[in-house]
Amino acid sequence: MIEADDVTVRYGDVLALDGVTLRVGAGTVCGLVGMNGSGKSTLFKALMGMVDVTHGGVRVAGHTPARARRQGLVGYVPQTEAVDWGFPVSVHDVVMTGRYGHLGLTRRPRPADREAVAEALDRVELTDLADRQIGQLSGGQRKRAFVARGIAQDARLLLLDEPFAGVDKRSEATIVRLLRELAADGRTVLVSSHDLHALPQLADEAVLLLRRVLFHGSVAEALEPDHLARTFGLEVPPDALGGEAS
Amino acid sequence: MTLLDLLLEPLSYDFMVRAFVTTTVAAVVAALLSCWLVLVGWSLMGDAVSHAVLPGVVIAYILGAPFALGALVFGGLAVVLIGAVRDSGRVKEDAAIGIVFTTLFALGLVLVSVTPSQTDLSHIIFGNVLGISSVELAQVLALAVVGSTVLLVKRRDLVLFAFDPTHAHAIGLSTRRLSALLLGVLALTAVVTLQVVGVILVVAMLIIPGATASLLTQRFGRMLVLAPTISALSSIIGIYLSYWLDAASGGMVVLVQGAVFTVVLLTSPRYGPLRRWRARSVPAGVRA
Repeated sequence: MIEADDVTVRYGDVLALDGVTLRVGAGTVCGLVGMNGSGKSTLFKALMGMVDVTHGGVRVAGHTPARARRQGLVGYVPQTEAVDWGFPVSVHDVVMTGRYGHLGLTRRPRPADREAVAEALDRVELTDLADRQIGQLSGGQRKRAFVARGIAQDARLLLLDEPFAGVDKRSEATIVRLLRELAADGRTVLVSSHDLHALPQLADEAVLLLRRVLFHGSVAEALEPDHLARTFGLEVPPDALGGEAS
Repeated sequence: MTLLDLLLEPLSYDFMVRAFVTTTVAAVVAALLSCWLVLVGWSLMGDAVSHAVLPGVVIAYILGAPFALGALVFGGLAVVLIGAVRDSGRVKEDAAIGIVFTTLFALGLVLVSVTPSQTDLSHIIFGNVLGISSVELAQVLALAVVGSTVLLVKRRDLVLFAFDPTHAHAIGLSTRRLSALLLGVLALTAVVTLQVVGVILVVAMLIIPGATASLLTQRFGRMLVLAPTISALSSIIGIYLSYWLDAASGGMVVLVQGAVFTVVLLTSPRYGPLRRWRARSVPAGVRA
């Protein structure tokens, strides 16, 4: 599903990604682990065709990012800080924007689109809250609303940017279960996080990123102290693997 | 004199009828646009583009070309220059906007001062809705129809652009094109609105109605009804007041809009100070 070959991205003098080569197959949940500034967001942007790749190439489901975008293959769940939660849209409206790529000039929804939105809301268990303004949801519900948008879009690759920040334990378990289900449908889920404790339940595999891919393999191996020490450029904090860490 | 006389007397003059029609039309299209501008966070951009169109309008006057054309050219030029100054490195965006629009506005002022004309070009700066001609009214109507149609046809895309441009991009929409569309309508609307309140105060009509409506509802669809309604009503009240008090019409229109915003802000159930007072006066157990 994801094929990145020797991807290098520079912002001016700053090297954001340095020769990233990565293969992630369909039906996989992959955890993307790295510190702030490690290039996680840049890799997401490269997959969405939002940055100029200085060197190398990216393919999503065999297409260039631009083509994959036009076909609505890539769904995106933004991190909490990137959203204006006071914006006058309802949960239903947000999920409906997942259908826009399929719609005509004015994006007027057809019955099939309303159905797709209703199904997506049902899937994330937000049907009862569909008419709420988006900011009136809890942290976990907000994330699920955006996941529902990806479902309504029928995205084959779902990118989630720090989905567990500001989310309580119970919602986290709900989101983990939901993402596992989506992978079982054959979708690919790429989750960026600097938070490690959800990873074993969530991900099939993990990528450790520090501008380059330091490690790509099983979650258990990724969580070994020497791997993490290199990823975070320091000693592993003793509570990083504990259940209470955040 | 009865209230009805007060309301009807101005309408016996053709120039007043034209003023009312122009004001209502401009108020509606500016208010529609303002709903997006306040949500995208483009208030300063609205200020910049509406000031920067001045030299374009004056040059169009000199060449006998449509005002809208000159405004579009200079509105676009302002946006390009702002981008160029910002991307040059050291200067932040707000400073870039401030430098570019004041310089273009100053160019407009200089052009006004050296252009011989029968009509007073200072009307472009301060507005002169009471002196509007039938031809100008026809232009205003045409531009307003174009602007409103574009906004309403593309309203869902523009809302998405305001709410989550990354998702808009991810599903294959061109955010660059949507922002250009919004800027184009902004330049057109500036031409319409400057007839009423003048270049200096255009930005008020491009921000206040949307901001007022956003205090009253959490539904964008309702904002699109509330903002034009409030804007049109308060603008008409402003024209009446300017007629009876013999005061500047552009200033009066904006003054009434600002007053309405203030009242809404103070009484808003969600955001106003009365909310806190009410919350205190209700016993804790009764609160919803």
